[in-house]
Amino acid sequence: MKISVQENDFDAAMEIAELRANNARIGAIASFIGLVRDNNAGDAVTAMTLEHYPAMSASILLDIGEQAMRRWRIEDVTVIHRTGTLQLGEQIVLVAVAAPHRHDAFLACEFIMDFLKTAAPFWKKERTAQGERWVEPRATDEEARQSWIDPTDISGR
Amino acid sequence: MTITVLYFARLREEFGIAEESIPFAAGTVAALLDILRGRGPEWAQQLSAECNYRVAINQKLVDVGAAIKAGDEVAIFPPVTGG
Repeated sequence: MKISVQENDFDAAMEIAELRANNARIGAIASFIGLVRDNNAGDAVTAMTLEHYPAMSASILLDIGEQAMRRWRIEDVTVIHRTGTLQLGEQIVLVAVAAPHRHDAFLACEFIMDFLKTAAPFWKKERTAQGERWVEPRATDEEARQSWIDPTDISGR
Repeated sequence: MTITVLYFARLREEFGIAEESIPFAAGTVAALLDILRGRGPEWAQQLSAECNYRVAINQKLVDVGAAIKAGDEVAIFPPVTGG
């Protein structure tokens, strides 16, 4: 598993090549890339700054990745989350999951993102024409996380 | 005993402090929050029960009933918004 919290940008193609290298059991890779969007809550956004809790952010991402590896049949996971100031259109986060089959890869990828959004200690401050403001959490993110928590079903939703 | 308290994001800005070492008699997160709320109206408001914030001890999320030990790193922060 590769977990990285970094200021530098990442090359998704390179990361996926690394993820699948020397593992012929992999038949599917699902990936997600989060980007700095040009608007939020009705206002134009020009940039954002990502703050994090350095001692905790990478370790919780590792924990989320390990949960995914226990829950689905997957071979490997890469999670990269950037911090610092990011401009419009820049990449924020990459989650890539390699598995024998697509179903496990899709589910694990979404699971990791849903837990990352609600448990990993990162905070976005966005720049708008009115100044800077902290991004508010979305109720739908918490609902997405809750949807994975079902003690009677450990295989998927 | 002494503990380290960290603040992040909005709370770091509102309190004007990122990290401090403070003396703390053994107790729970709730007891620490009571002490911090006593620092003034800004602290009382930001850490009020209605406000949404999280607490971690030694980088693990905990609830207000969790016990704090000497040397622990306690982090208080707003709901996360990464990804």
